[in-house]
Amino acid sequence: MSLYQLSKLLFQLNRDEDLKRKFKSAPQDAIAPFGLSEDERRAVLEPDIGLLYVLGVNGQILMHFAAFCGIEWSDYLQRMRDGVKRHGPVRAGIYAMLSGVDEKVAGA
Amino acid sequence: MSLVFSGICSHAPGITGRAERADPALRDPLYKAFGKMRDALNAARPDALIVVAAEHFANFFMNNMPAYALGMADAYDGPIEDAEWLRIPHRTVRGNPDLSRRLIVEVQKSVDVAYAEEWRFDHGIMVPLHFLDPDNKLTIIPGNINCQGPPLTPLRRAWAFGEALRHACDAVPERIALVCTGGISHWPATPDSGMINVDWDKDFLNRWAHQDKDAMLSYTDAETYRDAGQGGFEIRTFIAAAAAARGRGTIHFYAPIPIFAVGCTVATMEIV
Repeated sequence: MSLYQLSKLLFQLNRDEDLKRKFKSAPQDAIAPFGLSEDERRAVLEPDIGLLYVLGVNGQILMHFAAFCGIEWSDYLQRMRDGVKRHGPVRAGIYAMLSGVDEKVAGA
Repeated sequence: MSLVFSGICSHAPGITGRAERADPALRDPLYKAFGKMRDALNAARPDALIVVAAEHFANFFMNNMPAYALGMADAYDGPIEDAEWLRIPHRTVRGNPDLSRRLIVEVQKSVDVAYAEEWRFDHGIMVPLHFLDPDNKLTIIPGNINCQGPPLTPLRRAWAFGEALRHACDAVPERIALVCTGGISHWPATPDSGMINVDWDKDFLNRWAHQDKDAMLSYTDAETYRDAGQGGFEIRTFIAAAAAARGRGTIHFYAPIPIFAVGCTVATMEIV
């Protein structure tokens, strides 16, 4: 488990055009230097937004990764809810979910 | 010369990126309030606008996180986000490294601010600029308070940063405007996005508008997190604006707009 490295990968991916291109053409190679656990690698490559959220990735980083993956806003919110339903509560960080798994706060 | 304008506003990316999903009865008055703020800003004839934001990992990360930073570049660009996602076209913004340097030297007399000769603007600065400087004419100096990656700077230091900015503005010959941007209560980019604690927001804005320093600085981070979410940590930018302006504030617009994920705020403060 390496939340810092996982977050750093997504932080860099959000701001580095070369890394974005590499991630699209050779994703395994792009993420190799970050030393992620198997779960983390799978969550990034799939992408499993719900698991990334539960692992504790800061929403301000995750939101942009979701957009980069072409995931629409309401779908992004739902995937996080589904992640909590499937994997349990957020395990780290300050972006825990307070509402129930079947609530839709923003009406989105 | 001095500080010639001081205001606060929201910067949530939904304000532009999800514009069509908001109730026009709330959205349009918000946009109108931004327009009035733009008019007031222009009427102050600033030589430069300092925008103090709470950036969201566009430039600063937990490998080297400054509590406070000011830009010192001759140009900046943004948005760092996908322009279509944010619905704000990419622009290059004019800076003024000489003015930045002089301001930073003054700020450093009381606050050890970091400086950055590279800075890419995220929605925290781009959303305000979209409304306040639509023609990209102003000289901009970006500022930042770390409100995202704990441990966070204490509120009393955010106040000291605002005081230091005021001292710096008063020490240079240019006319300086200050806009501090952030959210009040909100739970952005989480499944709770859209949750807003309106009572908490109104109470905070009341403390802010009345220049009630003790009340503004009395929140603990645990209380803020409980009542106002991780987005509530961004009150640091509003507190800095109050410390810089020293006067009474006027709330021109406040309304919770859930699809924008925040209680949208536009306010100015008298400079005394």
